[in-house]
Amino acid sequence: MSERGAPGGATSVRGIAAAVRSREATASSVVEETLERISAMDGELHCFHTVMAKEALASARALDATIAAGRDPGPLAGVPVALKDNICTKGTTTSCSSKILENWVPPYDATVVERLRDAGAVVVGKTNLDEFAMGSSTENSAFGPTRNPWDASRVPGGSSGGSAAAVAAGLVPLAYGSDTGGSIRQPASFCGIVGLKPTYGGVSRYGLVAFASSLDQIGPFACTVEDATLGLLAVAGHDPRDSTSIDREVEPLLDSLGGGVGGLRVGLIEEFAADVAPSCSGAARAAADALAAAGAKVGEVSIPEVRHGLPAYYVIAPAEASSNLARYDGVRYGLRVDAGDARTMNLRTRGAGFGAEVRRRIMIGTYALSAGYYDAYYGQAQRVRTLVVRAFERAYEDFDVLLAPMTPSEAFELGAKTANPLDMYVSDLCAVPSNLAGHPAMSVPFALGESGLPVGVQVLAPALREAAMLRAAAALEAAAPPGVRGPVKLAAAPAGAASDGGGE
Amino acid sequence: MPDGYETVVGLEVHCELSTRTKLFCGCENSFGAAPNSQVCPVCLGLPGSLPVLNRRAVELAIRIGQALGCEIRPSVFHRKNYFYPDMPKDYQISQYDLPVNVNGHLDLPDGSVVGIERAHIEEDTGKSTHIGATGRIKGASHSLVDYNRAGVPLVEIVSAPDIRSAAQARSYVSELRRVLVAAGASDGRMEEGSLRVDANVSVRPDGSTTFGTRCEVKNLNSFRSLVRSIEYESKRQVALLEAGEAILQETRHFDESSGETHSLRSKEEAYDYRYFPEPDLVPLEPDEALLRAAAVGAGLMPGERRRLLWEAIGASLEEHASGALADQIETVIDLELDRLVVDAVAAGADGRLALARAANEAAANPESARSLGAGSFAALLQLESSGSLSATQSKAVLTVLTEEGGDPSEIAARLGFEGLGDAEIEELIDGVVAAHPEEWSRYLEGDGKVAGFLLGRIMRESKGRANGKVVSTKLAERRSRA
Ligand SMILES: [Zn+2]
Repeated sequence: MSERGAPGGATSVRGIAAAVRSREATASSVVEETLERISAMDGELHCFHTVMAKEALASARALDATIAAGRDPGPLAGVPVALKDNICTKGTTTSCSSKILENWVPPYDATVVERLRDAGAVVVGKTNLDEFAMGSSTENSAFGPTRNPWDASRVPGGSSGGSAAAVAAGLVPLAYGSDTGGSIRQPASFCGIVGLKPTYGGVSRYGLVAFASSLDQIGPFACTVEDATLGLLAVAGHDPRDSTSIDREVEPLLDSLGGGVGGLRVGLIEEFAADVAPSCSGAARAAADALAAAGAKVGEVSIPEVRHGLPAYYVIAPAEASSNLARYDGVRYGLRVDAGDARTMNLRTRGAGFGAEVRRRIMIGTYALSAGYYDAYYGQAQRVRTLVVRAFERAYEDFDVLLAPMTPSEAFELGAKTANPLDMYVSDLCAVPSNLAGHPAMSVPFALGESGLPVGVQVLAPALREAAMLRAAAALEAAAPPGVRGPVKLAAAPAGAASDGGGE
Repeated sequence: MPDGYETVVGLEVHCELSTRTKLFCGCENSFGAAPNSQVCPVCLGLPGSLPVLNRRAVELAIRIGQALGCEIRPSVFHRKNYFYPDMPKDYQISQYDLPVNVNGHLDLPDGSVVGIERAHIEEDTGKSTHIGATGRIKGASHSLVDYNRAGVPLVEIVSAPDIRSAAQARSYVSELRRVLVAAGASDGRMEEGSLRVDANVSVRPDGSTTFGTRCEVKNLNSFRSLVRSIEYESKRQVALLEAGEAILQETRHFDESSGETHSLRSKEEAYDYRYFPEPDLVPLEPDEALLRAAAVGAGLMPGERRRLLWEAIGASLEEHASGALADQIETVIDLELDRLVVDAVAAGADGRLALARAANEAAANPESARSLGAGSFAALLQLESSGSLSATQSKAVLTVLTEEGGDPSEIAARLGFEGLGDAEIEELIDGVVAAHPEEWSRYLEGDGKVAGFLLGRIMRESKGRANGKVVSTKLAERRSRA
């Protein structure tokens, strides 16, 4: 296969699909190579909870038979994909990195899984995450952390750290995560890849184990903007099984990528500059300059309300989570710690099954919804949410897309923030406003920080304006300095110290 | 009710909607299937599953609101959070401060009016069976849960505290049941749990304008339980007040075997349901099209059906009040035989006779009687009114007609009821007169008592084929000629 050969690197989504569709390569050979790569390299990274070797090879053979029979294998034919382990896969454990679902095997596929199979993609495994997607480092996993392929002493970000690291390490060209408060974009930034959170309702949540239902969205990770776009197109669109899914045709987004940014009105959000590391704010400013150089009309915009997003988020998300996670009661599925009566069984099961961060958020959320406190916490947070939405509306009167830093820092060391939950929560500062507003946003690798680790820039757009967002992202990708993005060149058995550079 | 006190009752009626499928998934909504055979990821609350609102359930809920004269408005679903093993998600999707139907009323047959505060949509829970000596959760060795009922659509109808007696509560629930059945929203089967009632009961001294402390009584699964529990609870509360003790606001369980209520949990132990808007559903905004669709297919409401019946039988206002006919009217409405009566009258039948035969004889087999043609029912009643058939014969023909259908005259003939002709009757009379000359003389002399003897003999000789009324007339004619 012609595009294969970069050491440790999978080829692009587009390249694999083209090769398989044109019979230059078989889906089986692609999947076999992928499985070999995972088995050689995932030992230390721990991106995967489950590698679905048998199922993946069977799917690949079926695809090859489809192609041999002259039938259309789909736009993502033979593309190996990894799924965050909170996306339901029929017949394969979906653990959410929690002891409480350690052995839970869903009897159904999530809508995105059905769509990926229909598109010809091959699901090769389920990836690590912070338990129930609560965290920003993938350290809150009941089954151990994932390491950052750029530097194994660092976290990959979270909560979709396994998917981000798998793409950054070149194990798969495409992976999916869920983004409730930055859980796709922040790890994409830490891992030097593209991570995209679609408009709320753009991708079906059916089969995504809920964390905070009004904020959760599934989205893709890939090394390039084009591959991320292909990954989005494969799963986007209305799903009657999700009442919050938007009933609207998906735009042909690939056309936007080459559109350039001439005339595009781009606003750099001022507010975060003071709260983030110079490398991160510097990357955002450099990105603004690059877009200006490429023909965009660039200005600065002050949206003070975005700084209130974080506290509002940390009330709304736990409140919804406290309700969404109530069902893990030991009665029907998952862990059960037996006791003499149902109530005690329920309490013991939850005590044993949930990790500390999950328990903390359930308590925060329960408190925020309690009689007498609802208005002061949940009600107030919803009012702030409305203010954030209105503030964005005002900003988008003057701008088509906005730019902001993605994260307050580069990828931090494992254990650096586990002692203080609030330090960890601050990681989501720049990300949560888009979740609160339901807007699309993505992280594009754009710089290297002081530690030589990649730093992403965030592109934000109004609801359903993914096309504009992707135009800007493609231009940023073209203007980015070399060495800022994955896949990382990894030795077959990476040492504790990391690789020292990007793949370009 | 003890002297000097008034009972105040508000009722919460949970009505299972008779939709084909459940409220948020495609599983069948039916009673009596094998346990856990009608379930899917959604109604089992499996991780990742999402609810999709059943439009038909919304239509039926709105139709209930329309039947109760409610204001129908945009509404929002909320989550009601509490742990219970038969509740799959450990929260119930319900409506809270923005229900779909508000501010209605229900007119009872006695003319009283009970306000309806709200009628909102929610999902049902599963059903627990506690295995052990008591059949209750206390002392059970283990419990079994059937989730077939989980996610069945319910409408909870909350009355204002306008009810003043157990009897009125009974009347309210039976009238509400008729409305729900007429609306096509429910099968009204209390014994299958299609209608479940909780009662908020308080008492206060006569003449008081403020409400006393109320207790919510649960587990009222029959009219009998409803009446008994309210009577028991009123007496219990009055006894407390008379003893100078306070009534505690609490939830109480009605025990059918003892006829008593027992405390389940106090106000302090009440759940904090932590209601918040259900993020998996969008607000429900009924538009004109939905309101029209909801109204299509609703049957006549009981008040209107009652009016049509009174009109058909041409009763006076005094008779309305007397209650004699009212019982028959309620019976035919409950058995859905009112249409048959009204149509039979239109086809020429006598109204009172039609009502009586429907309420008494047809009622024995209402299922078949509902498919009885109004035309043949009217034809039969006309045979009876004209004297061609005796009442006894008419009833016998009605039984056959109801079970097998057919033409009333032919059935009468088949049963040998074909009225004997005048000549045949005269012949029979001649025979009896000849056989009993002494009795005949006494009859001619005006001995009324012997008339029955003669009539009986003649009827016996005719083997029931003579019409008694006709025979009596002929006997009287002979005497006047003699
Ligand atoms: Zn179901």
